[in-house]
Amino acid sequence: MSPLDPAHGRHLLEQMLRVRRMEERCAELYTQSKIRGFLHLYVGEEAAATGVIEQLEPEDAVVATYREHGHALLKGTPMTAILAEMYGVAEGCSGGRGGSMHLFDMDHGVYGGNAIVGGGLPVAVGLALADQLAGRPRVTACFFGEGAVAEGEFHESMNLAALWDLPVLFCCENNLYAMGTALARSESETDIAAKAAAYEMPAWPVDAMDVVAVERAAARAVTAVRNGGGPHFLELRTYRFRAHSMFDPERYRDKAEVRTWRERDPIDLLERRLRDEGSLDDAGMAGIEERVASEVDAAVAFAEAGTPEPVETLGRHVTSEPTGGGVR
Amino acid sequence: MSTTTYREAMRDALAAALRDDDRVFLMGEDVGAYGGCFGVSLGLFEEFGPERIRDTPLSEAAFVGAGIGAALGGMRPIVEIMTVNFSLLALDQIMNNAATLLHMSGGQCNVPIVIRMTTGAGRQLAAQHSHSLEGWYAHIPGLRIVTPATVDDARWMLQTALDDPDPVLLFEHGALYGAEGELTDDLGPVDLDRAAVRRSGTDVSLITYGGTLPTVLAAAEELAGRGIDAEVVDLRTLRPLDDEAILGSVARTHRAVVVDEGWRSGSISAEISARITEGVFYELDAPVGRVCSAEVPMPYARHLEIAALPSVDGILQAVEELGLRG
Amino acid sequence: MGEFCMPSLGADMDEGTLLEWLVAPGDPVRRGDIVAVIDTEKSDIEVEVFEDGVIGELLVEVGTTVPVGTPLARIEGATDAGRRSAPTSPPVPAPQPVAPAEGPPRGVATTARTAGRVLSPIVRHLADERHVDLHHLAGTGPGGVITRRDVEGAPRSGPGGVAAPLEHRPTRATPADGRTRSSPYARRLAAEREVSLTAVVGSGPGGAVLAADVPAAAPVDRDAGMRDAIARAMARSKRDIPHYYLQTTVDLGVALDWLRTRNEACPVVERVLPAVLLLKATASAAAEHPALNGWWEDGHRPSSDVHLGVAIALRGGGLVAPGIDGADQMSLTELMTALRDLTGRARAGRVRQREWTGPTITVTNLGDLGVDAVWGVIRPPQLAMVGFGAVHDEVLAVDGAPAVRPVVVASLAADHRTSDGIEGAALLSRIAALLQDPDALDRPHPHPTGGATP
Repeated sequence: MSPLDPAHGRHLLEQMLRVRRMEERCAELYTQSKIRGFLHLYVGEEAAATGVIEQLEPEDAVVATYREHGHALLKGTPMTAILAEMYGVAEGCSGGRGGSMHLFDMDHGVYGGNAIVGGGLPVAVGLALADQLAGRPRVTACFFGEGAVAEGEFHESMNLAALWDLPVLFCCENNLYAMGTALARSESETDIAAKAAAYEMPAWPVDAMDVVAVERAAARAVTAVRNGGGPHFLELRTYRFRAHSMFDPERYRDKAEVRTWRERDPIDLLERRLRDEGSLDDAGMAGIEERVASEVDAAVAFAEAGTPEPVETLGRHVTSEPTGGGVR
Repeated sequence: MSTTTYREAMRDALAAALRDDDRVFLMGEDVGAYGGCFGVSLGLFEEFGPERIRDTPLSEAAFVGAGIGAALGGMRPIVEIMTVNFSLLALDQIMNNAATLLHMSGGQCNVPIVIRMTTGAGRQLAAQHSHSLEGWYAHIPGLRIVTPATVDDARWMLQTALDDPDPVLLFEHGALYGAEGELTDDLGPVDLDRAAVRRSGTDVSLITYGGTLPTVLAAAEELAGRGIDAEVVDLRTLRPLDDEAILGSVARTHRAVVVDEGWRSGSISAEISARITEGVFYELDAPVGRVCSAEVPMPYARHLEIAALPSVDGILQAVEELGLRG
Repeated sequence: MGEFCMPSLGADMDEGTLLEWLVAPGDPVRRGDIVAVIDTEKSDIEVEVFEDGVIGELLVEVGTTVPVGTPLARIEGATDAGRRSAPTSPPVPAPQPVAPAEGPPRGVATTARTAGRVLSPIVRHLADERHVDLHHLAGTGPGGVITRRDVEGAPRSGPGGVAAPLEHRPTRATPADGRTRSSPYARRLAAEREVSLTAVVGSGPGGAVLAADVPAAAPVDRDAGMRDAIARAMARSKRDIPHYYLQTTVDLGVALDWLRTRNEACPVVERVLPAVLLLKATASAAAEHPALNGWWEDGHRPSSDVHLGVAIALRGGGLVAPGIDGADQMSLTELMTALRDLTGRARAGRVRQREWTGPTITVTNLGDLGVDAVWGVIRPPQLAMVGFGAVHDEVLAVDGAPAVRPVVVASLAADHRTSDGIEGAALLSRIAALLQDPDALDRPHPHPTGGATP
C-alpha cells in the first residue's frame, strides 16, 4: 500500500468529517424538535459517498436516496442550504418543501433524495439517456441501498441502462439492512455485484469503510463510464452505525455487531493511516475539527435565522409558474 | 379541411413534433419496428430512426422513469404506454416523480414529459385492457390530463402538451382511432385550459370527454327530435377542469348530466357533479345526473360489454329522470 | 452546566416515560453516550446525550411520564470548548407532577382526555349521544380508563336521565316537515318573486317544484303565498333591523299651487299627481344620503343610484313594493308615467324581476286612506322607508300669523346600523326643502357625485 498524498488524504478526512459532524448536529436538533419528519443519518457510511463523489466533475449528476445529506454536501450544496431545508425554511435548497429526504440542488447536479426505494434508478437512466442523445460527456451517479435490489425498478433499470449503453454509475450502498430486514432475509442471492453482472455490466464489490478503496474503484468506473464504456456498478460494502431513522429501537441487530463495525469506522481508519504515514498530527486534526465545527455552527445559525415560506405561496411549484403557478 | 382518421391525425402530430424539435423523441413498447400496437406510429421508425423512435423492453416503470429523467436532462420525451392498465406498472414514476419533483425541489425540477396511452373499452379486450382510469390520474396535483376526442384535437393538442413545462398525460380512447372527421389544417396549438362546447343548447348540459363524445352527440340529436335542446360540453382536459365552462353551461341550462366511461364511485364525474353543486347550486332545477360504466371489470362478451358502457339510451333516460320531457 | 432533556423522536411523540437510567450521578459522559431508556408509544428507545460532562442530579424518577423537552438530568462541567451558541428549545415546562406511569396500555388513542384520562372516539361519541358527563365518571378500564361499558351504564346528565336508544334523524326533508320539495333554482326564483312555494303545484319528480312551476310574478289575489311572503319579510325586518323613527310636517302650499298651474297647462297625459312630487323629492334626497340608500348585505352597501320602491296596495288585498330605477333622474312626467305603468303591472301581477330585487329605498303613502302618518317597516335588505300620510289642511304660523295650509306628515323609519338620527333628520329636512322648490324638482336631480360619473 503506497502512502496517500498527504494533502489529498487530509481533504478526504475533512470531507467525511463534514458529513459526520453535520449529521450528529442534525440528530441533536431533531431531539429538540428543530428538525421534523423522518431523519435518516449516514453515520458510518461516509466513505461511500465521499470516495465516489470525489471522482465526479461539477457538471456530473447525482441521484440519491432519502439518506442523502452527505451526497448533497459532498456534491457542493452548501451546508447552510441543507440545514435550512431540514428546518423547512425558504432558504433551504428545496425551498422548505422537500425536507431531509428531498434535497435538490440543480446548480450542483443534485437530482434529489428520492424516498421511494428504487424510484431514483429509472430517473438516473433517463438523465443518462438525455446525455447520450445530446452527446454530453456527463456521468450520472445513482446511489441506492441494497434494499432497492429487491424492487422491479432495479432490474428494469439495470437492463435498460446496459441495453442502451447509458453513462450511469450505479452505486449500491450495501449496509446489510433494508430498514430492519437483513440482506440474507430478503434476497435469495446476496452477492449483489453478481446480480448486476448478470445484466452484462462491469460490477464489483468494494470495501466502503475504506475511503481510499472506494475512491480507487470510483476512479476506474467513472472514467470508463465517461468514455462510453456503458453503465458500471459498484457494490459499496458499508455499515450504518446509527438507527435507521430517529425512531428505531434496533431490535433487529446485535449491539456486538454494531461494535464490531464501529472498529472500522471509516473516519478513524483514515485518521490512523494518515497519522501512521506522518501526514497528520494532533494540531492538524484539531484544525480540521475546528473548521468543520465552525461550518456546522454557521449552518445552524443560518437555518435558525431562516424565514418560513409565506403560507400564501402554498400552491407554488405544483405546476410551473408561467402557465400554471397554482393549485390546479 | 380534409377528412382523416383520429389515428392519422395523431400520427401527423407526432411526425410534426419530431420534425420541429430535435429534443423530441418517442419511446415505448413496439412503437418502432412494429409501428405501434394500434398503428399510431406506423412509418415513423423509417423516417426518424431507432434513436428517436425507440423501442423499449416491457419495463413500464423503467422507461416512464427514463422519460422523466430525460425530461430533467433537457429532452422532450413522448412516452407511449400501450394501454392505461399497463400504466399502473409505472404508477410510482408518474405519481412519485413526474407529479412531485417540481414541488419537492422547490421549483427547480421541471418535468416536460408527455405520456400517451390508450384508454377505454368497446373492443372486447376484456378486463385488463379496457378501463378508463384517466379520472384517477386527474386526482393528482402536478399532472395535466388531456383527452382528445376529435380529429382536430388529436392533431393539435400534442404540440401544446409538448410546450407545457410540466408532465402531461394524454389519453387516446381506443374506439376513436378509426373515427373519421374533418381536420382543420393549420388550426395550431389547442388551448388545453379550455373545454369546448360541441353543441349549443338551452335545456340541459351534457358534460363529457374523450371516447364518449360521439355517443353524447348522438344522444343530443335524439333529444332534439323530442324537443329537448341539449348543450354538449367536451371537457378536453380533466386536470385542470375548466370550471368556467362547466358552471357557465349549467347556469344557462339549469340541468346537467355528466357522461363518463369511468366507474361512478370516486370518479371524475363525481368531481364534476360536486363542483356544479358547489358552484351553481341555486341554478339547478334538477339533481345532477350521471351516466357511467357499470361497476364491473370490463367483460369480454360483446353484449355484456355494451351493457356495461354509457349508451345513447342511458343518456336519454338520465335526461328524462331530471324531469325533462320534450 | 447543561441539561439532558426528554428528546423528541418523532412528530407524533409528545411525551415519554423514563424506563431506566443507564448512568448515575457522578458518571462522566461523552457526547453520543447512551444514558437512558425511554418508553414511547411505539417502543423502548435508548437515548443519547449531546454534551460532554458529568452526570449531576437526576431530576426525574424511573417510571415517570413527562412531556418532550422536560429536563431529565443535569450535566455538570459540560465543556464550552467547541460548543456553539446552541439554539435552545423553547422554554420547557418544569417537570410535571409525577404521575404514575401505569397509564393506559399502548395503542389507546391519545387524542382526547377528560380529567387526565384517555378516551377512545367511541367512548366520546357514546357519551355525547347519551349526555353522559365524563368528568364525573369513574373508569373501570386499565389505569382508570373510561370504557364503553362505563358510559353505557352511566346516568344521563341531561333532562330525562335515561339513556335513550339511538335515533336517526330523517335524512331528507319531507312535506311532513312543512318543507316543500323543490329544485334549488326554483326555490331561488320563488324567493326573488316573493312567491310561496307551498302555494305552487310542482311538476317534477315526487311533486318537486321546478323553475317552470314558479309563477312569473306574485299572484294577483291575496292568498296564503303573499301573506306568507309579507309575514316573512316583515318579521325578518323587525328581527334583524334596529329601526329608529323621525317625523316632520311639511308645508305643501307652494308645491300644490305650482302643480295646479302646471297641470292646467298640460295635456292630460302629462298631468302629475301630488304623490309624484313626494316620490321625486324622496328620490332626490335619497341620492344625497347614501347612508340611508342601499342595502345591508353582510355589511353596509350604500348605493349612489336610487331605485325607488313604491308600496302598492293590491285590489284584492296584500301589498307589493316594486321599484322605479333612476327615479331621481326623471322629470315629473316621466316619473308619473313610470308610476302608472308600475302600478298597473303590479296589480296585474306582471312585475319584472329587477323591479322586485332592485329598490334601494321605499316610499309608502297611505294618504288615500286618510291616516295622518305612517311608520314604516323597512323592507330588507333596504336601509330606510319614507312614509307620507294624507295631505290635509292645518293652521300654521306663517310669517308670524296663523294661516291655513295644506300639509303632509313625512316620516322616516331607518336602520340604525347604517345611520344615526342626525342623518335621518337631514334626509327628512331635505325632502321638506325640495318640496318648497317644485320647479327644480321637475328637473333631473344633479347626481351627487357631480361630473365624475358619466
